[in-house]
Amino acid sequence: MSEAAPPAIVLDKVNKWYGSMHVLRDVSLTVQARERVVVCGPSGSGKSTMIRCINRLESHQEGRIVVDGTELTDDLRALDTIRREVGMVFQSFNLFPHLTVLENCTLAPVWVRKTPRAEAEERAMDYLRRVRIPEQAHKFPGQLSGGQQQRVAIARALCMQPKIMLFDEPTSALDPEMIKEVLETMIELAETGMTMVCVTHEMGFARRVADRVVFMDRGEIVESNSPHEMFENPKTERLKLFLSQILRGH
Amino acid sequence: MRQSAVIRERPPAGSVGPVAWLRTHLFGSWWSTAVTLLLGYLLLRWGLGFVDWAVVNAIWSVPAGENGQPDATICRTAEPAGACWAVIGDKARFILFGRFPYESQWRPALCVAIFLALFGISASRRCWRRELLLIWTVALSAIGVLMWGGVLGLEFVPEDMWGGLPITLILATFGLAFAFPLSVLVALGRRATDLPAVKILCVLYVELIRGVPLVSLLFMASVMFPLFMPVGMNPDKLLRAQVAFILFAGAYLAEVVRGGLQALPKGQYEAADALGLSYWQKTGLIILPQALRLVIPPLVNTFIGFFKDTSLVLIIGILDLLTAGKVAMADPVWQGVGTEIYLFLGAIYFAFCFAMSKYSRRLERSFGRARNR
Repeated sequence: MSEAAPPAIVLDKVNKWYGSMHVLRDVSLTVQARERVVVCGPSGSGKSTMIRCINRLESHQEGRIVVDGTELTDDLRALDTIRREVGMVFQSFNLFPHLTVLENCTLAPVWVRKTPRAEAEERAMDYLRRVRIPEQAHKFPGQLSGGQQQRVAIARALCMQPKIMLFDEPTSALDPEMIKEVLETMIELAETGMTMVCVTHEMGFARRVADRVVFMDRGEIVESNSPHEMFENPKTERLKLFLSQILRGH
Repeated sequence: MRQSAVIRERPPAGSVGPVAWLRTHLFGSWWSTAVTLLLGYLLLRWGLGFVDWAVVNAIWSVPAGENGQPDATICRTAEPAGACWAVIGDKARFILFGRFPYESQWRPALCVAIFLALFGISASRRCWRRELLLIWTVALSAIGVLMWGGVLGLEFVPEDMWGGLPITLILATFGLAFAFPLSVLVALGRRATDLPAVKILCVLYVELIRGVPLVSLLFMASVMFPLFMPVGMNPDKLLRAQVAFILFAGAYLAEVVRGGLQALPKGQYEAADALGLSYWQKTGLIILPQALRLVIPPLVNTFIGFFKDTSLVLIIGILDLLTAGKVAMADPVWQGVGTEIYLFLGAIYFAFCFAMSKYSRRLERSFGRARNR
């Protein structure tokens, strides 16, 4: 990795409040291009809020967020540029139920990137093959299992050919046997060198693909280290407590 | 017991079929049997009574009187009393087309046919494409030409000569065709939290219009509105009623549409945002298609309500279908025969409303199949 390349995401002293609740406190995080970052932490620790600030599904109130060299402000044009380059996968899939799987995948490329329809469909089929559900292309999301829906959601985000992928607890709404198929898809994606920020409790996934694990608690980043260091050698009490709870749960 | 898990191809005898259905639904207990028998008796009695009146004892034609007018005396004196359907034969053209010049009544008749064809074409989902807009424009212009005339060798007929079914269809079709898009915009405007001025305007519009009866709006349009217009500028009464009607229907429909927008999960908006869709792309491709499907039943409910509300133009002296019927009833020749005309009008209104309701069910089903959730 050449250090000259600009970082993919920079969060600099980001603060956010919901009413009087301080949900992000001086969050600073730099994600390099091709880096894979896993964000973990107890629920309500602000990890989802942070990741949603990166493509401005939530707006921050203080600090700077720079994505792919463009700063997030109220400027709508900058926002459009960023959203085109940042793909997002949600906990609840959020597929469009009135469109077929293929239409879900081609909608944004055709309307936002102005890709010719035939080309967009070809590429969509390509990604659907990669997530191993090309045979479902003409079904509606409601006819698919949760794991299949989440893989479609990943393919849909990839069809925009983003530079960065955000995952907001992508396996939390799934049954155990489906978690595996989604994680496998994500591991394959990680191996292609995609820049990824992933909020998840799947520590196995973190160990396997993450370059760095970030631990958040009560709106701040408490620790940030390589997965090995994090799990074997936690420095703070909060992380130790969190890890013991997570591991007991498994 | 080795065979306990055999697959049986049918449920036990006596639990399916018409006899079983009757037994469970109509004769389940002695109480339900009693109610069934009582209701059956009443239905049969009233049904037979109606058939007697409407068919058996009905009078289908009356002789012509000395002055060339039909002589309806037998309708009033017949014993046992029967329906006097002769009045429909005599008055149907007046009820349907009002005071439109008699020899030109093929023109409003053709308009009604065009309307029906237009509804038929628009009902098919296969025809939902851009060309449909063109078809509507052409059809509505053709209706304008046919009603007004004054070109192509057609005699000019001013609006106050129009009447009957075409008026009802014009008010309802133009009314809903304009009110619906308006309502979608207003519903979207009401949710535009980042455009406070637009939002307040939309809230004001909906609340003000919903807060007054349609009758008062129609009065305002017909009596007060001309007072504010510069001298010589006086849009015709039908047009003013039409505008009042569009504004009224728009406010009600806007709330129905807003209900649909409200019902969509936030995730749909977020997913569309995350993909980089613009506001109008998100609205047109993701939000509205889903929101409108959700509100088909209340939407059609409102449509049906407004179709019938067109009859309120009666109070500002526009001769719509119902008004034409009432005028026909006032004819001294047919004194005493009103029920038949009301039934005739009711049948026409019912045909349109029932078609709408049937169509909405079909539409729901065809969307439901695609969604399968």
